Amino acid sequence: MSITVIYTIATLSVIGTSAAVILYFVAQKFKVYEDPRIDDTEKALPGANCGGCGFAGCRAFAEACVKADNLSELNCPVGGNETMSSVATILGLEAVKKEPRVAYIRCNGICDHRPKTSNFDGATTCAIAASVYSGETDCQWGCVSYGDCYYSCEFDAIDLRAGLGVPLILDDKCVACGACVEACPKDLIELRKQFPKNRKVVVACRNQDKGGVARKACNVACIGCGKCEKECKFDAIVITNNLAFIDSDKCKLCRKCVPVCPTNAIIEEGFPPRKIVTEEKEECSTTK
Amino acid sequence: MLKTFKIGGVHPPENKLSAGKKIEILPIPKTVFIPVAQHIGSPSTAVVNKGDVVKTGQIIAKSSGFVSTNIHSSVSGKVKKIDLSPDSSGYPKQGIFIDVEGDEWMEEINRSSDLVKEFNLDGPQIVQKIQEAGIVGMGGATFPTHVKLVPPKGMKAEILLINGVECEPYLTSDHQLMLEKADEILVGTQLLMKAMNVEKAAIGIENNKTNAIQLLTDKAKSYKGISVVPLKVKYPQGGEKQLIKAVTGREVPSGGLPIAVGAVVDNVGTAFAVYEAIQKNKPLFERVVTVTGKEVKNPSNYKVRIGTATSELIEAVGGLPENTGKIISGGPMMGRAITSPDIPVTKGTSGILIMPETEAKRKTYMECIRCSRCVSVCPMGLEPFLLMTLGQKQIFDRAENEKVMDCIECGSCSYTCPSNRPLLDYIRFGKAKVGAIIRTRKK
Repeated sequence: MSITVIYTIATLSVIGTSAAVILYFVAQKFKVYEDPRIDDTEKALPGANCGGCGFAGCRAFAEACVKADNLSELNCPVGGNETMSSVATILGLEAVKKEPRVAYIRCNGICDHRPKTSNFDGATTCAIAASVYSGETDCQWGCVSYGDCYYSCEFDAIDLRAGLGVPLILDDKCVACGACVEACPKDLIELRKQFPKNRKVVVACRNQDKGGVARKACNVACIGCGKCEKECKFDAIVITNNLAFIDSDKCKLCRKCVPVCPTNAIIEEGFPPRKIVTEEKEECSTTK
Repeated sequence: MLKTFKIGGVHPPENKLSAGKKIEILPIPKTVFIPVAQHIGSPSTAVVNKGDVVKTGQIIAKSSGFVSTNIHSSVSGKVKKIDLSPDSSGYPKQGIFIDVEGDEWMEEINRSSDLVKEFNLDGPQIVQKIQEAGIVGMGGATFPTHVKLVPPKGMKAEILLINGVECEPYLTSDHQLMLEKADEILVGTQLLMKAMNVEKAAIGIENNKTNAIQLLTDKAKSYKGISVVPLKVKYPQGGEKQLIKAVTGREVPSGGLPIAVGAVVDNVGTAFAVYEAIQKNKPLFERVVTVTGKEVKNPSNYKVRIGTATSELIEAVGGLPENTGKIISGGPMMGRAITSPDIPVTKGTSGILIMPETEAKRKTYMECIRCSRCVSVCPMGLEPFLLMTLGQKQIFDRAENEKVMDCIECGSCSYTCPSNRPLLDYIRFGKAKVGAIIRTRKK
């Protein structure tokens, strides 16, 4: 073996060993302690990084969970109770059961109900359309239907239903992360309590105009008549600014408010006998 | 060599179809709808109730703060209701509906058309009268004039610029006003000079209005301190900052007001309104509006009472052409399409443009080809393609660093883009968001 090779190996070994020694001491000196539970917690989380919990991704949420004294304020909407209980086991805390929630678009102004009165010709995002004017129909509160919610959804839980006028949230896929709630410039989307079999009774309208104006713009607008409020035995319905609102935490799904509504603004979904289905319709036509 | 601003600018086809048409007086409509928010700033507060009888020129809504103005009835009659109705912003806004009965003016208004040159009011008195008369910038921005006339502490105006540029295609209302009311505008300019205590005033007029330049130059000789500056035809020369640059060569610093370089800009329409308010005691309740369009039978200029529905104006020029695609309140570059012909004329409506369907529709947009035409035409020296992307991707902190707030929304970038990209839409969106962020930061 040539002497050069031996020298090379020897020199490199000396450099390697001394570097290892230096690195060992430096690592000891600058060591940052990280709770191993953070890694464990992160593994237990769904890893969607959707921000639905209010933190910047799953890692940040895991850190917050480890720091917290109890889990009552923290919730991963994607994983739900199952994930939160496994997080609780890792951290030795008690899991607080949260009721699952689901997003709902409170507008039923599809083109059959809400005729178009103008045409929008600008950049096709809801945010811009809403900042420019009240919308293609006479209802200034309703859906502008360019799908900012659809593009914000990371879970494919929104069906754009292009041309129909209002997107549809698919309850089975929705994880209630709240991204669409932020994205909607008209503040139409609400996170409601999820009932078994995706049942819901909800006022599908946000129109706060006076009854006559609202009705003129849309067949199924809430006119704030107050009949449902009187009918409700559970104080779940309140009317503010000519608009009824059903509190899903108080609602018992008795459905008594549905038939009394003169404009069919209250929608029941998921019930077997009186199920209302909105089928795919042809594209909206403009009336001048 | 004619003066103009240095960077950017476009020259769209002028299409001044109604040029040279005498200002006609539009018959008073049967009802008017006068919105209480016709200016930048806080909306005025209505001071009349349903059933009240009002006279022409009577205050019907009082100013609700410093940056706000009074609103006067433009007709005499009975208040029908105070209700919401859409205005040119596209959203329903509060306003006063008046059923017209006759045309009885307030007694103190001098209705004669004689020229009154002399005045003996001092500065603050003039400002107060302007405030009472509800005068706002008539060029379209509708910023209350009295606010401009009181400079912030430590700043002093040196020159008053009167904006007779009218760089928007199609519009001719200012041009016609200059031809017919030259002396009145010059007296109004003197009043504004007195109000701000400045010695110099310059009237900037683009070179496509040679008759107005000639007339005003001749007449200005008998008024002390007023000069007329002919300018090269280039859009958006009527922008405040561009006009200052063109006439004085000074550049308003980023984020600053024109007063920072000692200049204040007012429209010729504003100067005329100031003249009427002070010499004739007539508050601002009517204005000149151009009604025009390629298919319109008889494009013309009208003197219109505030609150008149757009449909009345369209009727006056011979009805709505069959192939109408869009009705725009204002000019084609910066105006807004309106959603209904019931939308009223307000203090800022300089024109009604009726566009045929072939021109009204936007073309489908394609990818950015990095030709940088938008950069070269931006009169503020911004990079529109970048600002659009930042708006699309909602990166607002960077948009702020790229000076999105300096955008004057002139639309030169969208006009010039060979890929038809909706640059201004996204920039305006970004601007609104960044503006909101800055406001919350200040709190």
